[in-house]
Amino acid sequence: MKGSEVRRGYRRVDAVLKVTGRARYGSDFDGGTSPAHACLVTSRIARGRISRFEETPVRALPGVLEILSFKNLGGRIKPGQTFPTGGYMGSSVAPLDSTTIWYAGQIIAVVIANTFEEARAAARQLKVEYIEEPPTASFAVGHEGVDFEGQTEKGPAVGDAIGAHTAAPVKIDARYATPTQHHNSMELFTTTCAWKDGKLTVWESSQNVYGYQYGLADQLGIPPADVRIVSPYLGGAFGGRSFLSQTTAVIALGAKMIGRPVRLEASRADGFTIATYRAETRHRVRLAASREGRLQALIHEGWEVSSRRDTYKVAGVDVSTRLYACPNVASSVTVCAADRATPGFMRAPAEVPYLFALESAMDELAVALDMDPIELRRINDTQVEPIEGRPYTSRALMQCFDVGAERFGWNRRNPTPGSMREQDWRIGFGCASSLYPTFMAPAAARITLWADGAAQVQTAAHEMGQGVRTVVAITAAEGLGIPLDQVRVEVGDSSLPPGPVAGGSNSTASVCNAVAKGCQDIRERIIAAAVAAAEGPLKGMIAREIRFIAGYLVCAAGREPLRTAIARLGRGALESYAENSPHGTPAGGVAGMYKGQPAFTGGTFLKDRIQCAFGAQFVEVRVHERTGEIRVPRLVGAFAAGRIVSPLTARSQLMGGQIWGMSAALHEATQMDAHHARYVNTDLAGYLVPVAADIGQIESIFVPEEDSLVNDLGIKGVGELGNVGLNAAIANAVFHATGLRIRELPIRIEHLLERLS
Amino acid sequence: MRAFAYIRADSTDSALRGMGSPTQPDRLNPQVQYLAGGTLLLDLMKLEVLSPHQVIDINGLESEYGRIELTEGGLHLGALVRMSQAADDARVRRDYPVIAQSLAQAASAQIRNMASLGGNLLQRTRCTYFRDTSWQGCNKRQPGSGCAALNGPNRQHAVLGVSDQCISTYPGDFAQSLVALGATVETVGPTGRRSVDLEALYRDAQQPELETNLLPGELITGIRVPAGPWTRNSAYLKIRDRVSYEFALASAAVALDLSEGRVREARIALGGVSYRPWRAREAESVLKGQPLTQANATAAARAAFATARPRAQNAFKVELGQRTLVRALLQVAGQTS
Ligand SMILES: Cc1cc2nc3c(=O)[nH]c(=O)nc-3n(C[C@H](O)[C@H](O)[C@H](O)COP(=O)(O)OP(=O)(O)OC[C@H]3O[C@@H](n4cnc5c(N)ncnc54)[C@H](O)[C@@H]3O)c2cc1C
Ligand code: SF4
Repeated sequence: MKGSEVRRGYRRVDAVLKVTGRARYGSDFDGGTSPAHACLVTSRIARGRISRFEETPVRALPGVLEILSFKNLGGRIKPGQTFPTGGYMGSSVAPLDSTTIWYAGQIIAVVIANTFEEARAAARQLKVEYIEEPPTASFAVGHEGVDFEGQTEKGPAVGDAIGAHTAAPVKIDARYATPTQHHNSMELFTTTCAWKDGKLTVWESSQNVYGYQYGLADQLGIPPADVRIVSPYLGGAFGGRSFLSQTTAVIALGAKMIGRPVRLEASRADGFTIATYRAETRHRVRLAASREGRLQALIHEGWEVSSRRDTYKVAGVDVSTRLYACPNVASSVTVCAADRATPGFMRAPAEVPYLFALESAMDELAVALDMDPIELRRINDTQVEPIEGRPYTSRALMQCFDVGAERFGWNRRNPTPGSMREQDWRIGFGCASSLYPTFMAPAAARITLWADGAAQVQTAAHEMGQGVRTVVAITAAEGLGIPLDQVRVEVGDSSLPPGPVAGGSNSTASVCNAVAKGCQDIRERIIAAAVAAAEGPLKGMIAREIRFIAGYLVCAAGREPLRTAIARLGRGALESYAENSPHGTPAGGVAGMYKGQPAFTGGTFLKDRIQCAFGAQFVEVRVHERTGEIRVPRLVGAFAAGRIVSPLTARSQLMGGQIWGMSAALHEATQMDAHHARYVNTDLAGYLVPVAADIGQIESIFVPEEDSLVNDLGIKGVGELGNVGLNAAIANAVFHATGLRIRELPIRIEHLLERLS
Repeated sequence: MRAFAYIRADSTDSALRGMGSPTQPDRLNPQVQYLAGGTLLLDLMKLEVLSPHQVIDINGLESEYGRIELTEGGLHLGALVRMSQAADDARVRRDYPVIAQSLAQAASAQIRNMASLGGNLLQRTRCTYFRDTSWQGCNKRQPGSGCAALNGPNRQHAVLGVSDQCISTYPGDFAQSLVALGATVETVGPTGRRSVDLEALYRDAQQPELETNLLPGELITGIRVPAGPWTRNSAYLKIRDRVSYEFALASAAVALDLSEGRVREARIALGGVSYRPWRAREAESVLKGQPLTQANATAAARAAFATARPRAQNAFKVELGQRTLVRALLQVAGQTS
């Protein structure tokens, strides 16, 4: 159905609803009737236990209906498992279970009152005392030969990396650091719970409605069929709403106890500790090359922080060791336990920190070789990953570099650091590779085509602003040959056919392939009837030559209105329930999808091949010679990600990713009081993200790519690709501007100041 | 936020009457407070750093205290002039650019439209330990409880005018430009009207819980900025982690009276690096009578920071503050952009 007119409708199907405020987000619901309001009380200590908890005076305060704590909820909520161990939870700490404190900001009580203001005022009055133990805030310094204490696991390896590194003529051995970050979606963590006839409805923005349904049922010990999660639109998620936070089960029980819907709107500061986050990482990267720039050895060691309860890790060596051709590779990841909440997915969880290290090191290697950094990548480009020798289904990394370099004007770059200036500003050009694995998961969709030629698609996909409603509508409009505005899309509800968690940039590929299948099924049924009909223009025609275009069934010999063809089947509507199970789906993968545990496949997980999207990031920075401020007037990214279903929303994803990459390089970091293992900049005045004035010109270019292997539709996914590598590109540009190599993010004025003239 | 009574004043008298005459005023957390733009007061009330029983909305006095007047003797700004109103005023921009620039670079457009100049002068520090009442060591919030910032994250904290009791930064911008130009504030209180040198309004860090010398219940009505040959030749330079909507890491308000390349008079104040709006008189005297060269600017900056007391994470502010001042001086002298 290529080239049909719906493709040219470059718009969001929900644009008008969004700008007129009619799109309803998880936070926009009140539970059907006027709800009671909840406010959280969280721990100010990071390790120890509650020694005194004085709730009686608070119960007497105006409007207070109930106080939830270990006293009345201890043992009521089952501790769930986290995702890596097959669960649905962000943390295995059961909320309000006991007096034990695992991290600062842990929920210790929930005050429910008639109004939000009463709940908040009362929550402030609760007197709690603790017995405190000194916490470990982050990496615990190791001993001789051990950087940081933790659990080490070997990663991908081939050949003799240490030997080759020792023997090679040109080498790099450098350490890098990335900071703690929090998702800080615009929409706060809100949840509204209501019970009716023993059944629970939860209105909460979630990027995993099936996972929330099954996880919550498990926490509460009730049948999953009695739980429904409603999340039609999300005000941002970025991984932060993949797994159940500490709040939902508690609010559900609160609503049950008071016999009235309860709504919690957690504060911005609460959002830093009740859900997951991106933990800080440390890296040591050793690279070695021949004088011609051919990689001889690559050793990537990573250190990550997790909580005392859960060993969460992102282990980005999985991709950092496979990006370039290299005969000798070694890698490891060490997870260090701290008195913190359990980290979790945050946009390109593995790639953002690990490619910062690798792509910075590649730039350092290019400098050591006195070679253009693009050339270094060209020399080491490969169509086969170096560890197991599996072929990439497609890989257009160097095309991205070439298109990007041309557009950016890379040839204007004088390679000598500090050589480009304009008045008091030093100019730096930097680049880096981007890559993101093409993951897929099983998905289901129900397509209904009505007699009037309008259609409806239902699937529990998640509209996080990435445009899933738009790509689903485009796919259905193309699949049925009807105008875009004739397609109605329902997503974000656990009562719909299951879709996978919106993570790993898999949604478009997973969901659209299911939708396309359902459309094909409907087309086949209509065509079969049309060619078998006793009369009509398509009677006796060859079925596979008939196309669905603009409301007609068309073939060389003639055409018939779609409505007429549908009417022939004598039904008010045609329905198809489609499941898609991608290449490599393990046994039980589809069944798992119905329990909110979709088996992820693709990426680096396949035995026979490897599938990734690629990109090249280019940036121009300006560093003020006197005061060291860094400005980013230009970002140019060129990306090859297979078929782009919806250019408008895909470009927005890439652009947003690029901005976030810049944010990761220059702005974002959660700061901590290390003595207390507590975050200190827990609002948007202190947790910096770029404002409009920080953002210059941005170009996000699609490099055409056809990949018939990844999936039927050739879709790779762009959700996370845009922000990978950009942090390194900025650090590389800062080096080019100043001659200073900053190996720690975010890059701040103080890193540059001492060494500027 | 605690429940509170709200009254709207329609005259100076009714505002003062609303204040009553607090006999034993709680200067830490006054039980009656004026409300202007509310961008600070409501924020700190939600955080329960402040918890007045009564709030007196003074926005009804705008016709009286909401004007900008320019005379030969100087500039008069009413306390209820909005930040954006003064920042956009063509006369202020022409004759007092340092003032317009300090306001235009502060906060966000939304906040500048709400916030008043009087309220702006009374900003409270952004120190986390002060703003979040669950922290236990903050002398400014709880006298005698210690200062967690001394050994905590103190990148944002001050290096000038600090004490072992408190190292917090005065976060504003506007006050720096006023202090440089020698402005006075006009007030009215239970005991009548008075006029106070703005610089002297801000107390030092020895008793951090007491920030200003305003008398209990006193209402700021206006700000008077004396004219001078340097006001037109002035600028505010603000260095920060992002381009906009962010407090200063270091800032400099500079006004110069130059004659044939020599400095007849220099007026300098520093922000982002100091406990209170900081007039850098040592730097001014280094420059007086000298040609404005890079070397002299550097010497002046060094003098300004001679008494700096850096901590673990803010040591860079000593260097950054000096560079900021040098750049601002050269910029006003037309020697750099
Ligand atoms: C996120 C954020 C970023 C900001 N960034 C900056 C920045 O970069 N630079 C900067 O300078 N500022 C910044 N601000 C601060 C902002 O400028 C102040 O909040 C604002 O100027 C206060 O003015 P207001 O009229 O809203 O004061 P209000 O909140 O109404 O009052 C503040 C205090 O002053 C008292 N008060 C008000 N008017 C009078 C009066 N006439 N007489 C006596 N007492 C009075 C009140 O009782 C109260 O205690 C920022 C604020 C926020 C929230
Ligand atoms: S610096 Fe001042 S405001 Fe901050 S903790 Fe110390 S005493 Fe409190």
